[in-house]
Amino acid sequence: MSDNSPDHTPQWAMVIDLAKCVGCDTCTVSCKAENRTPPGVSYNVVLEMELGEFPNVQRYNVPRPCMQCDNPPCVQVCPVSATYKLDNGIVAIDHDRCIGCRYCITACPYGARSFDFGEDYSGEMLGFNDVQAPEYGVDRGPRRRALAPKGTVRKCTFCFHRLERGEEPACVETCIGDARYFGDLNDPNSVVSQLAKSPRAFRLKEELGTGPRVIYLN
Amino acid sequence: MTHPNSAAIREAALRPLDGAGAGFWALLTGLSLITAWGLAAWGYQLVHGLHVTGLSDRIFWGTYETNLVTFIGLSYGGAVVSAILRLTGAEWRSPITRLAEATALVTLLIGAVFPVIHLGRPERLWEMFTRPNLSSPLVWDLIAVMTYLFATMVFLYLPLIPDLAAAREEYAARGGPRWRVRLYDRLSLGWSDAPQQKRLLEWGVGVMSVLIIPLAVTVHSVLSWAFALTVREGWHSTIYAPYFVIAALYSGVAAVILVVAAFRRAYRLQAFIETRHFRYLGFLMLTLGLTYLYFTFSEYLTEGYANTRASVEVLGLLLQYRFAPLFWSFVVGGVLLPVALVAVPRTRTAAGVTSAAALVVAAMWLKRFLIVVPAEALSLMPGGLAAYRPSWVEVSITIGAAAAIPLLLMLFFRVFPVLAVWEMEHGGVQGVPARGDD
Repeated sequence: MSDNSPDHTPQWAMVIDLAKCVGCDTCTVSCKAENRTPPGVSYNVVLEMELGEFPNVQRYNVPRPCMQCDNPPCVQVCPVSATYKLDNGIVAIDHDRCIGCRYCITACPYGARSFDFGEDYSGEMLGFNDVQAPEYGVDRGPRRRALAPKGTVRKCTFCFHRLERGEEPACVETCIGDARYFGDLNDPNSVVSQLAKSPRAFRLKEELGTGPRVIYLN
Repeated sequence: MTHPNSAAIREAALRPLDGAGAGFWALLTGLSLITAWGLAAWGYQLVHGLHVTGLSDRIFWGTYETNLVTFIGLSYGGAVVSAILRLTGAEWRSPITRLAEATALVTLLIGAVFPVIHLGRPERLWEMFTRPNLSSPLVWDLIAVMTYLFATMVFLYLPLIPDLAAAREEYAARGGPRWRVRLYDRLSLGWSDAPQQKRLLEWGVGVMSVLIIPLAVTVHSVLSWAFALTVREGWHSTIYAPYFVIAALYSGVAAVILVVAAFRRAYRLQAFIETRHFRYLGFLMLTLGLTYLYFTFSEYLTEGYANTRASVEVLGLLLQYRFAPLFWSFVVGGVLLPVALVAVPRTRTAAGVTSAAALVVAAMWLKRFLIVVPAEALSLMPGGLAAYRPSWVEVSITIGAAAAIPLLLMLFFRVFPVLAVWEMEHGGVQGVPARGDD
């Protein structure tokens, strides 16, 4: 990040090298731990994709965070404008405004959004309800309180609260194969900018015109 | 046949307002208990959150969306039977217009509750009004349903005014009960059968008959767009708006037949609502049913013949695999059997047409379920099929809502006349001369 002037807004993006992903699901686990997501909610999952037909089959593990699309189909359908694109490119949800209609889940072509049905891990782990992740930098107190995002739609935030502290998203930091890169697309010298120009680079469902901010290398 | 005279119509319309037998109270109690159980289940869901439903992060729209589309669809019968038949001067409709219009209002009221039941945070519904995002199809839904609801109320109310005046006179002459005289007096807005009033009323009903049709078409078109505007295979289809509208008309006419049959029996209206009414409504239902089958065929042929992977998967689910028993039940029980019941002269009786209508209403719920759920069951990303089974909460709320429809209609027709007396006496609001049909 070379440009440190105060008016510079980074354009966050992620590059995932599929050749380096071993499919260990560490990103999924660290994401759940970092964001303390309830049962049924996973911001990041690792999908298994098969290309070709037997015997010429290639199998990929495809980690899928939110694509933070530049033209997000989820944003235009929200009836109360509770989800929107931030200046830094992250698609955010206002959990104090979301009415829980789940229309954005329908609209997302990547299955990247999930609904917080209100369950918790209280039978399985201690203290789950005592602390919530400070998503978007908002302290929401214990999960049993009204401020909890229960009954609203949840999604990957690129660990916005960690970015504000100058840290990388949890999935990037914990990836055992260093398959994930994170940085600023506005900075032409950043690793993500360089890798985005690679001939190996592609994006998921590019034909839909959503403009994903998550770039894959195959 | 001879047309019943004014006194007989008045008597038949106003008599049921007087007293109710044990049957009425028994049915009222039964339906109230079922509705209360549904409300209790909703309360349980409000307290515990939506995880008491069978929904998951993959199948996140289910029974409540099915109910929303189904119940609002039932309200279309009122629009067709009343408005279209009124505009085309079909004289036979006048004894059933009131029943049809009341059915429209009640089913619409019940249907309009389901978007609220399905919300994760229903207490924030007001945000739809305070900061609506006009690019969202759900906001269009809200606007369309609210407008249609208002229009349905006006459409029911206008032709009711002279009848309320008649009821006012009747009860004033009898000297009570006081609340009835006061209610009818307020609501009849000083109707005195003056020529000026008649002209205004006829104009108003005429305008509403024209207006209600595009409004009704708008509601189901917009409902369909909530699905069709997404990129999901099985939903993303240009035929969806007319497909939904035809479905709504089909089930709506069936709902009117059921209500007409029930009140004809309970209120002993056989002299006014004859077998021919069932026959005509049956033919209307038959036409709409075959149209719906044609739309279904056209939709699936277009999807299936292209042979893309996703469309073949959706169609396979419907026609061959998991949802096939439900789908073929719909085709046989929801279209072929009802059409046969109406088409064969031997079964084209009041009972036969009513049975056909009951099949249609049930099967059209199933069809809406098959529109909402299978498209979600398929994964958009690599992954398996998702499963969905409605929980007892969803089932209870659905049954409670279904019971609330006859309950509200029973209560409504204890207070308001069941026959459109004024229209029957005046040979139609449009001034179309009565025809000596049959």
